[in-house]
Amino acid sequence: MDLDFSFLNWDVLTGFVLKGLVFSVQLTLIAMIGGIALGTVLALMRLSGKKWLVIPAAFYVNTLRSIPLVMVILWFFLLIPLMIGRPMGAELSAIITFTVFEAAYYSEIMRAGIQSVPKGQVHAGYAVGMTYGQTMQLIVLPQAFRNMLPVLLTQTIILFQDTSLVYAIGAYDLLKGFEVAGKNFNRPVETYLVAAVVYFVICFSLSMLVRRLQKKIAIIR
Amino acid sequence: MDSWDWQVFCKDTIDGEVRPSCFGQGGDITYLDWMLSAWGWTLSVALLALVVALVVGSVMGILRTTPSKLLVAIGNAWTELFRNIPLLVQVFLWYHVLPSLIPPLKQFPSFILVVFALGFFTSARIAEQVRAGIQSLPRGQRYAGLAMGLTLPQTYRYVLLPMAFRIVIPPLTSESMNIIKNSSVAFAVSIAELTMFAMQAQEETSRGIEIYLAVTGLYFVSAFLINRIALFIEHRVQVPGMIGGH
Repeated sequence: MDLDFSFLNWDVLTGFVLKGLVFSVQLTLIAMIGGIALGTVLALMRLSGKKWLVIPAAFYVNTLRSIPLVMVILWFFLLIPLMIGRPMGAELSAIITFTVFEAAYYSEIMRAGIQSVPKGQVHAGYAVGMTYGQTMQLIVLPQAFRNMLPVLLTQTIILFQDTSLVYAIGAYDLLKGFEVAGKNFNRPVETYLVAAVVYFVICFSLSMLVRRLQKKIAIIR
Repeated sequence: MDSWDWQVFCKDTIDGEVRPSCFGQGGDITYLDWMLSAWGWTLSVALLALVVALVVGSVMGILRTTPSKLLVAIGNAWTELFRNIPLLVQVFLWYHVLPSLIPPLKQFPSFILVVFALGFFTSARIAEQVRAGIQSLPRGQRYAGLAMGLTLPQTYRYVLLPMAFRIVIPPLTSESMNIIKNSSVAFAVSIAELTMFAMQAQEETSRGIEIYLAVTGLYFVSAFLINRIALFIEHRVQVPGMIGGH
């Protein structure tokens, strides 16, 4: 079979693919910020030592981590409209799903990060008269974030790859953009191939950057 | 939302009549029959892919620890390639792209293609674990093996791998549970596995919550089973006095 990439000109790329790329990046960034925020709260709940906080947080994290992401996407797409009483677009549904789902994974990273800060730091915070909130915000979390930054970013690269699974509910992401272009020009083989190359280039360069960052942080510490 | 309707599983998939036994007779199938066969597909895809992933992943992981620069580069390239492309895209590559580039692949059923897609994807992660496991061993072990006059393959076979594999069993357990979850992407190429069943049965019956709950439950059970099997293996192979041993 002969491959012919000539149809993939600038107009096709901006017409079909760009919209998808923008959504994939948007979804990744929103789910990352929301997921890290929610994940930090969950991690603090699990480390609080109070049963009524530990149990719900552990249930949340363990449940979501045992279900395939595709099923979680389908669940939310089914449940959100039932709860709010009106239909919701696939894109918005995906954003909510990914934020909630990724929070479970980020929280496990944050938990390890917070536990990596020596206990003496917490005691020191209390000793100078800080409250729990101040100790966390000013002493523990900044160090935990710094220790965990490479792992958080690696998780974000996985998150970016996982955004392709919104295929299950038909949201228009980067992969869908290539697929639609391929159907329009009857060239599915070429477009899937280019899609793979684009994903690889993005994810590989990001993981190289993370590796460099990791080395930099390791020297400072 | 109306009340529960678990009878949906006893319905025939064609005429929608409730079958008293919940199982179809004479070639007819109920949604329960369909779901159980879908579970079988999920387990088959996952377990076969796990075999592929363990074999290929171990080889690639070992290559990355050899003294040969070429072999290390091959192992590294393999890992980076399969780790940096989303699984769904890899499934599409196997299903849509490879058969038209390599015509003999056209004779393979999509089930086999998905097994390879999932297996190779997971092999990159396993290669990483195996490499880390071998490198976590003291360097003296390798030197001792070579100094005794063992060849490099013998050193791996008798000195390094027996310890390294025991070290990597816990991370491999979580990788095996991931493979059950990741097998759900097979829906995209119309393998009749659990996620595909969930999507189609939801559409046909409009009893999405019951269907999704049952499917989610089966995923839980599958992951739990894999976890138990892995723990059993871990106990069987542990060395007394060493990591994880008593």
